[in-house]
Amino acid sequence: METRVLDGNAVGGLLLELFGVELTAAPCVCSGCGAREQLACLDVYLDCPGVVVRCRHCSDVMIAIVRGPERTWIDLRGTRGLEL
Amino acid sequence: MASIRAETPRVRTLVLDADGWSDHRAGQHLDVRLTAEDGYQAERSYSIASAPGEPLAITVERLEDGEVSPYLVDEVRDGDRFEVRGPIGGYFVWNGDEPEPVLLVAGGSGVVPLAAMARQRARAGATAPMRLLYSSRSWEDVIYRDELETLGVEVVHTLTREPPPGWDGYARRIDDELLRDVAFPASEGPRVYVCGSTRFVDAAADGLVRLGYDPLWIRTERFGATG
Repeated sequence: METRVLDGNAVGGLLLELFGVELTAAPCVCSGCGAREQLACLDVYLDCPGVVVRCRHCSDVMIAIVRGPERTWIDLRGTRGLEL
Repeated sequence: MASIRAETPRVRTLVLDADGWSDHRAGQHLDVRLTAEDGYQAERSYSIASAPGEPLAITVERLEDGEVSPYLVDEVRDGDRFEVRGPIGGYFVWNGDEPEPVLLVAGGSGVVPLAAMARQRARAGATAPMRLLYSSRSWEDVIYRDELETLGVEVVHTLTREPPPGWDGYARRIDDELLRDVAFPASEGPRVYVCGSTRFVDAAADGLVRLGYDPLWIRTERFGATG
């Protein structure tokens, strides 16, 4: 399957539903390389099992979200900071 | 669904009457969620075509193997109901009161959120110069073709596959020379919004940086090949 790289705009609706706030303009700091970018500027892969958000600079996974029928699992280890 | 307007053979604008909808900003999108009888759900994002204050509208291009867009372009009728979530986005937005000149760069249906900005500029009587560079496959594929000429925005088309006979405009993909012709000089410090496929957005944004644009001036939104 071709991997589709989109950007953080594509997960704005999902994050709005999960967290109740608009996050695409929120700066995020990568745990791997320390780069700070607005969420909209991060790389987003939608064809994984779930959704993966990667740093545009070092490509480390910053956010992973897997939705199941009953609950949603969110891994934020790769995001050192999120500014609201 | 309140009403439907055909834009091109593959593109329709749907005017929505959404319960509980709060007004949006130009450039934002919404998510449409369709639920089948067996509970299967499909969700896609669509840019909002209308300016703030206008009846909420999205413009949808039919992607042949899509799960959602064929329904929205070919099947849905006035009065049908489906779920929408939004408005979404705080990055790819233009408020209308920013003083800088605005360069809009659209690839195909990437014109939709940019047209919302152009409509807002016209409605608000904003004075910031606005220029749209719009890449389409053919003249028939140009979305909002007539309306764009009425908004007081400079529109420059390029047609990448089938320029009509006698076409004297650009007839190629966006490249550095074309950007140099059309874009505001970097010395004017413009705001830039680029929307299209990932490949299109990367090519346009990289080209503008080579022209001397600060990457921070350039806001991008990429859309994918599923619909």
